[in-house]
Amino acid sequence: MEHYLSIAVRAMFVENMALAFFLGMCSFLAVSKKVETAIGLGFAVVVVQTITVPLNNLIYHYLLKEGALAWLSPTLATYDLSFLGFLTYIGTIAAAVQIVEMILDRHVPALYATLGIFLPLIAVNCAILGGTLFMVERSYTLAESVVFGVGSGGGFALAIVALAAIRERMRYSNVPEGLRGLGITFIITGLMAIGFMAFAGIQL
Amino acid sequence: MPAPRDVILDPLFNNNPIALQVLGICSALAVTTKMETSIVMALAVVFVLSFSNLFVSILRELIPTNVRIIVQLTIIASLVIVVDQFLKAYLYDVSRQLSVFVGLIITNCIVMGRAEAFAMQNPPSLSFADGLGNGMGYGLILLLVGAFREIFGSGSFFGRPVFALAAEGGWYTPNGLMVLAPGAFFLIGLFIWALRTWKPAQVEKAEA
Repeated sequence: MEHYLSIAVRAMFVENMALAFFLGMCSFLAVSKKVETAIGLGFAVVVVQTITVPLNNLIYHYLLKEGALAWLSPTLATYDLSFLGFLTYIGTIAAAVQIVEMILDRHVPALYATLGIFLPLIAVNCAILGGTLFMVERSYTLAESVVFGVGSGGGFALAIVALAAIRERMRYSNVPEGLRGLGITFIITGLMAIGFMAFAGIQL
Repeated sequence: MPAPRDVILDPLFNNNPIALQVLGICSALAVTTKMETSIVMALAVVFVLSFSNLFVSILRELIPTNVRIIVQLTIIASLVIVVDQFLKAYLYDVSRQLSVFVGLIITNCIVMGRAEAFAMQNPPSLSFADGLGNGMGYGLILLLVGAFREIFGSGSFFGRPVFALAAEGGWYTPNGLMVLAPGAFFLIGLFIWALRTWKPAQVEKAEA
């Protein structure tokens, strides 16, 4: 149990997707102007991340890994399809996003109205693909990858909501002209990254 | 019809993909702690970007509009697989250091963005030039950030010592912040500030 807690805390704080690995920066900077939209995107990332990381974990272990096809027939045991990884993962992510979108639209229209516009954005969000690639590189098991998916998605959501809250306050400050907008956002993100580095000492 | 020369040179300073279009920052910053990884990453992106633009542009009449994103992703992902396999075969050390970030070129917004915004409307040769230009604009920032971070963060350039380190009896104490994530954010912010002071037309309007 402690092991899983440690993975979740590491993914959320110590190795925060946005602030430590620069993943999902495009939407991180573009959608962080208002807290409300930031919460929407953050929540959508958590949902999609929790679905796609374990899904890709299954695909890696039962289709792509060297010898993974042995369950189909022993003659296939020698194949190593891991070079097809990128293509498969991105396809899975795009398909999963599409399915989530359709289910939400059909059954939870209220949620779809708030999340709907963010879902297509997420298919090409580096944090989602990054989560899958880290999962493969660190060879997590299925249970570990569920925890990692929730943790890393939650970390991204936390960071983007915090940044949006700071940017809302920025409206009242007098920023030098050339730094206005994108420039100052980078500086703020840098300061937030320093703040998150304080978590680095946490050991569970 | 824009001239090929403008298409290549414009993205370097006037319409830089990172500084102005805010695209592709995702994988840009993580790999710039050293010059070696920065330059490999820059070359990889130039390759993927120009060829994905070329192929998307060749196929642009044949791609049905409603599945175009998937088609573009497939083209891009295939090119990235080529790059990844090449790096694993010939530059294994660098490939280890870049770890997941080679794969993340797929979701690099520049590649998708240019395919969508330029290659779908323009002929192949011009699209190739556009990919080349944007790739170089991206690479330029990558190399600048990489140079600063390696020189001030570890006192070396391409792995060769530039400043004599205090630890080895010299005078320079490396600035540890530079090799960590916050240093990269600050550097990009400052670059954008410098670029916009030089070209005031890029300054963003105050938000209402």
